[in-house]
Amino acid sequence: MTSSAPSSSAVERFQPMFDPKGVLVAGASTHPGKFGFVALHNILAGGYAGKVFATNREGGEVLGIPCATSVDDLPDGEIDLVFVCTPASANPELLRQCAAKGIRAAFVTSAGYGEAGEEGKQAQDDLVALADELGMVLAGPNGQGLASSPSSLCAQIVAPIPPKGRIGVASQSGNFVSSFMNYAVQTGVGISRAVSAGNAAATGVADYLDFYADDPETAVGLAYVEGIADGRAFAERMRSVAERRPLVLLKGGASSEGQRAAASHTGSLASDDAVFDGMCRQYGISRAATVEEAFEAAASFATQPLPKGPRTVVMTTAGGWGVVTADAIAGTSLELVALPEDLLAAIDEHLPPRWSRNNPVDLAGGETRDTIPTVMELIASHDDVDAIIYLGLGIQSNQARLMREGPYYTDHGIERIVAYHERQDARFAEAAAEISDRTGKPILTATELAVADPDNAGPAAVRASGRLCYASSNRAVTALDHLWRHARWRQRRGL
Amino acid sequence: MSRTLSEADSKALLAGHGVPVPDERVVATAKDAGAAATELGFPVVAKLCGDAIAHKTERGLVRLRLGDAAAVEEAAADLLSRATPEDGEVGVLVAPMVQGNRELIAGLHTDPQFGMTVMVGVGGVLAEAVGDVTFRLVPLSRTDAEDMLDDLATSALLGAFRGEAAVQRDKVVDVIVGLAAVAEADPSVISVDLNPLIITADGAPVAVDALVEVAS
Repeated sequence: MTSSAPSSSAVERFQPMFDPKGVLVAGASTHPGKFGFVALHNILAGGYAGKVFATNREGGEVLGIPCATSVDDLPDGEIDLVFVCTPASANPELLRQCAAKGIRAAFVTSAGYGEAGEEGKQAQDDLVALADELGMVLAGPNGQGLASSPSSLCAQIVAPIPPKGRIGVASQSGNFVSSFMNYAVQTGVGISRAVSAGNAAATGVADYLDFYADDPETAVGLAYVEGIADGRAFAERMRSVAERRPLVLLKGGASSEGQRAAASHTGSLASDDAVFDGMCRQYGISRAATVEEAFEAAASFATQPLPKGPRTVVMTTAGGWGVVTADAIAGTSLELVALPEDLLAAIDEHLPPRWSRNNPVDLAGGETRDTIPTVMELIASHDDVDAIIYLGLGIQSNQARLMREGPYYTDHGIERIVAYHERQDARFAEAAAEISDRTGKPILTATELAVADPDNAGPAAVRASGRLCYASSNRAVTALDHLWRHARWRQRRGL
Repeated sequence: MSRTLSEADSKALLAGHGVPVPDERVVATAKDAGAAATELGFPVVAKLCGDAIAHKTERGLVRLRLGDAAAVEEAAADLLSRATPEDGEVGVLVAPMVQGNRELIAGLHTDPQFGMTVMVGVGGVLAEAVGDVTFRLVPLSRTDAEDMLDDLATSALLGAFRGEAAVQRDKVVDVIVGLAAVAEADPSVISVDLNPLIITADGAPVAVDALVEVAS
């Protein structure tokens, strides 16, 4: 990871890399197992809108793209980014030729650099110096590539093509980029930009995050980091990012005890992890303990408004779910707010007397056609409520599926009730998003059906609304806790 | 290399930055210890005090709840007799016996990656086993220090507790901010331990022990 000062205009600096007008794949291969084929394949399959060029030693065509045998044969000024799949030894000459054609950014996927002994380190240093001299933004080497959904660009040697969205991903480990993008595919909460820093010779995770913090396409940064070299410089840059955008970090090596000073009690309590954790809290960084927690926190920042306070209402169609969710809230910064009298009275108007009359709001099966949107609206509109966690979506559609796939469909009135349940669950999901948008308060919908049956009309409609359908209520609580802690950090500092 | 300051010198340095410490005396003889205790009021504690004495409890160099001048003189004489040549110049520190059911820990630590950090947490002899502590990088704002108290898992400890008042959070924040100020004012400071930081019945913190480590 580099710790050089951020460019005053990171957006301008990274524009040729993330929104290039044309892309060149250097080292294009006819062998579908080679990086030089896969990269070209993914760029084309991703529907990249700009021009695509290719070079290799043999010429010919790969995937219908004619391959020039020299960069010199390519047009001037039509390409911004070169995606380098050539051997390390060929790259210095390649970069010079590319610069001469007006190419301003290089993503180097080639190996044989800093990860490959002393000789490799020297080659890497030389490559950095050359890129500097040529005024080229250099990513990698030894990285898996980048994705940029505003340009429909998927210049990477791994799957998947991520859905469009507002999460900006940067990682020291390329495989975590894939993990986060796989979650994006699964949940439908998409990615604005994603990049694997590789050896981060000239451009590191902090540089990409600095760009995301100013990037209008990106609402939240999501990064995996490990082995931070200059902690203080890194911390200062993360602070600057978190002041501009929510920032979720997943850190490797959390369990390492690091150096411990035995001389003091304070020192013996100061594990690497405790100090890193304190730094994150101090600088408004949302630190996640697991990969899914990291993605879900980022997805929440990207799709929910920030809460203005901790006062949370759990709204459920069944008692047990609410109890467990209340338990989960107890260990967080959130508050299971006591329902004010006027809200109780307002809800009484819409439910039979057996409803819980406290928080969690357990509808106790008392709902009729419009109860859920109506009660949700009452709760969300109340000044004493900052956020809602909504449980129970999709139960009826789950039964509907069983009926639809059972032996009696479409008779006995089943067809009609199946359609009704699915319409209702879709409506509830849409109401949650609409009420949240209108009130500016987060409403998180959680059901295991999000993963058990993603095609269920409820979770499907949550996805269609652009939001995350949380796979369990405790995961929704964890995500909301991240939102409130970041919002509180901003509030307390007048940001 | 580093060296430690005596408890008295450590406290004097910290008190200069707003860390509350007991009103205490360092004396050279057992007789003076008795006189100092009489002046301070009983009960008192007596400890052997010197630059090179870092771990007093482990060496049996702390005497608690001394109720009268005779007990203080006897304890002081015994403490002085336990000094070794390696301890260098020593005295007896006599201090009022500060009491409270709650003990916090606070300190400074130079982290190899992040540099100077400040810590607060649950203190006392179980501090390291419990591990309920939180860190921030120095420098920090007063808001950062206030946030630290929200981090503690055993935050119930900060409310009213066993007949004692709620912890005066502002005064604990003063300690955290004061520690950071010590580090900023003197770059030679490597670490500080305040353990325990006793919470008295009125909820105010008092650093009854302090150890400052400086680069030498």
